[in-house]
Amino acid sequence: MTETNGHTQANGHSYVGTRQIRPDGVDKVTGRARFGADYNLPGQLIGRVLRSPHPHARIVSIDTSKAEALPGVKAVVTREDFGDQPSEFVPAGEMMMNYKDVVRNVMAREKALYEGHPVAAVAATSVAIARRALKLIDVKYEVLPHVIDVVEAMRPGAPLLHDDLFTVGAEPKPDKPSNIAKRVEIKQGDVAAGFKKADVVIEREFKTAPVHQGYIEPHAALATVSEDGATELWTTTQGHFIVRAHCARLLGLDIGKVRVTATEIGGGFGGKTVVYLEPLAIALSRKAKRPVKMVMSREEVFKASGPTSGAVVRVKLGATKAGKFTAAFAELKYQAGAFQGSPVQPGVMCAYAPYDIENVHVIGYDVVSNRPKVAAYRAPGAPISEYAVESVVDEIAKKLDIDPIDLRMQNAAREGTKAAYGPKFGPIGLEETLNAIRKTEHWNAPLRKWQGRGVASGFWFNIGGETCVSLTVNEDGTISLMAGTPDIGGLRAALTSVAADELGVPYDKIRPIIGDTGSLGFNFLTGGSRSAFSGSMALVEAAKQIKADLCARACKLWEAKPDQVEFSGGHVKPLGALADKVKPMSVADFAKVAGKTGGPIGGVGRINAQGAGPSFGTHLVDLEVDPETGRATILRYTVAQDAGRALSPAYVEGQFQGGAVQGIGWALNEEYVYGADGKLQNAGFLDYRMPVASDVPMIDAILVEVANPKHPYGVRGVGETPIVPPLGAIANAMEAATGIRFTELPMSPPKVLKALKEKGLNKA
Amino acid sequence: MARVVLVGNLAQVTGGVAEFDLSVTCVQQLFRQLSELHPALERHLESGVAVAIDGQIFQDALLEPIGADSEVFLLPQIAGGAGVRSYIPTFPGAQLPETR
Repeated sequence: MTETNGHTQANGHSYVGTRQIRPDGVDKVTGRARFGADYNLPGQLIGRVLRSPHPHARIVSIDTSKAEALPGVKAVVTREDFGDQPSEFVPAGEMMMNYKDVVRNVMAREKALYEGHPVAAVAATSVAIARRALKLIDVKYEVLPHVIDVVEAMRPGAPLLHDDLFTVGAEPKPDKPSNIAKRVEIKQGDVAAGFKKADVVIEREFKTAPVHQGYIEPHAALATVSEDGATELWTTTQGHFIVRAHCARLLGLDIGKVRVTATEIGGGFGGKTVVYLEPLAIALSRKAKRPVKMVMSREEVFKASGPTSGAVVRVKLGATKAGKFTAAFAELKYQAGAFQGSPVQPGVMCAYAPYDIENVHVIGYDVVSNRPKVAAYRAPGAPISEYAVESVVDEIAKKLDIDPIDLRMQNAAREGTKAAYGPKFGPIGLEETLNAIRKTEHWNAPLRKWQGRGVASGFWFNIGGETCVSLTVNEDGTISLMAGTPDIGGLRAALTSVAADELGVPYDKIRPIIGDTGSLGFNFLTGGSRSAFSGSMALVEAAKQIKADLCARACKLWEAKPDQVEFSGGHVKPLGALADKVKPMSVADFAKVAGKTGGPIGGVGRINAQGAGPSFGTHLVDLEVDPETGRATILRYTVAQDAGRALSPAYVEGQFQGGAVQGIGWALNEEYVYGADGKLQNAGFLDYRMPVASDVPMIDAILVEVANPKHPYGVRGVGETPIVPPLGAIANAMEAATGIRFTELPMSPPKVLKALKEKGLNKA
Repeated sequence: MARVVLVGNLAQVTGGVAEFDLSVTCVQQLFRQLSELHPALERHLESGVAVAIDGQIFQDALLEPIGADSEVFLLPQIAGGAGVRSYIPTFPGAQLPETR
């Protein structure tokens, strides 16, 4: 990097690639930033939800008359207030959703399908009255047998959640309903022949627990509906345009009459790509004719918002003595929760994506059970299947006495490799991440007894999608930047850097905001690691419009031809002989004369971004096991990931670190614990053990930059891949520390201690 | 002729035929020709699949060009937003039976 004109310059750009302070940072560290629950309106009511106490029950009747008669209660809604929806699948974030199921998840209809399933909601003048009203609602249930475990749910004779659910993708087509919603598979080459060529074949079954995204901010929504049906909604979401579409659909509203503002968001990780409270708040407000505010408790978040799937995964991998993988098979059984739509499809496609294997066969099952409907969670489906594969890859390395990085390098996908899911990869950076890890001091640092080191790689597709951003040149030459994707991980800093470089305007003269749904064209949500990738592409288009406009204005002012001017370095510059007659004009110069030269200056980038480059990462972790308690402590952790080009390196590193920490929780402690009664026993952060700052070391981050040729700055999405490798890396480190291959997550102290005792190893 | 490969469950709709050689210049033409060859495919194509053209994955991109010698894979869609605008049935692996 070099210093030029007071700007830090990196790779020919002034701000892109440098470490700028995030524009939203001051508000966030001073407490001014307004998150979902911070919004209030005059005369607002408090909304509360009555939830099913049963994991599986037919709803015989709902009597709300006593609640409605309670003074202070202004509205009650039940299934009667939401029209049924036809069976229609639509993509939603990185998951598929069916409106017939969405309306039932928002408010139970025929049956309650999990503990915590909404059955009714009230709006009242105080929290106390709302709570009393919930107790006055008389719901008669016919309790039904329930099923929680994915394997039990697949068995013939298991309690059936939906009597019209027939397995799609199974041949022959089943004539009886089951809890298996679909069977998917990918296949290439001849797997049987491939295994015959193998000198070593490892086959293992793995189990992972469902884990919650664990965002620190609970779901919250504030809705107000006027007498003419105009609806305003403030909500903490990853996609306010998607919220608008879903609410309009579920409540029969015109999209144009619904204005949704995304509040600041305290984490989402995929879990805030769906609607829970939003349709309820609007329905209550419409009925009460007053604003309605709803905020979930942490218990509600755990019981009624999407975790990701728990799963059972069987992996079989063959290799020659020299370490070349010859064939790979996997069978994935993913919990979907109460309604179909687990991330098993991407789990299938990602399982072997990091490797160049000629013969691959992966089968997946999407299975419903009496749990909350799963939602996307960072690279949905991928951490589960890739954990199992990375564990077996490590085992093969040990069996063949090959360095685990060498084995991965030998089989690594590279440019031109045909991915297990079909197409060939373009330029990708898996090998570069492996090399980066191998070059670290960490890789060769000494370890003591009960300490182990693990490595694993991971892959995620990344996506683009519909995106609209605007740039407006203000009267004084400052810039207003408006994006339509909520900023979760530093988006505003990344986009501001790009805008500053495109227009040659100082970073601190650009103010980025997240516009509401009435301010911009449709934006797909913040998910799929897409917001910086797509937003910066759209921003380049918006800046092009401004540059062309300024050049046209300059031609008129200077009475010049188009080929006598150019935009560079933040100025329209005269070329050739014209340069002797007129001086270059900056963006601010044009701002001063905007009214006299045609009016306001601005640009809007409207694109459906394509060309998202996949991202690979490799993680390295050291841990220490306490043989007396079974507790594993993460000692050291290094992430190397291909970012394509890091627009804001500090926030890219933050994504790497955050993914690693969430992966540590998934691997070591987090799980939904159900009793025999089908009820969740640990719906709170005291009993649902997420890692906190004192549980983890500083995560070292290595930025690998293999440019994505389809992006003007070379950007790849970075937000999801970091959660893929940790599960395998930590399992491999645990094996190195204890000599025991753990095949079930989380590797929590009781499980580790039990395994150590069984091996007679529980004494230091 | 572009070589077109159906990945995963999509070939169930075509009775197991997974590979085609087609003369098409864009995704919209590709969908049209596939739908003419296998009418049952039509309802799965427009928003339910991603299209990989020469290794690059496209979603919701009907106008994307396809070269004469391109290698094209039809994949399950990873994600997308077009579906919230209008309902077009999707990939069979994610499809409910018509009886629902």
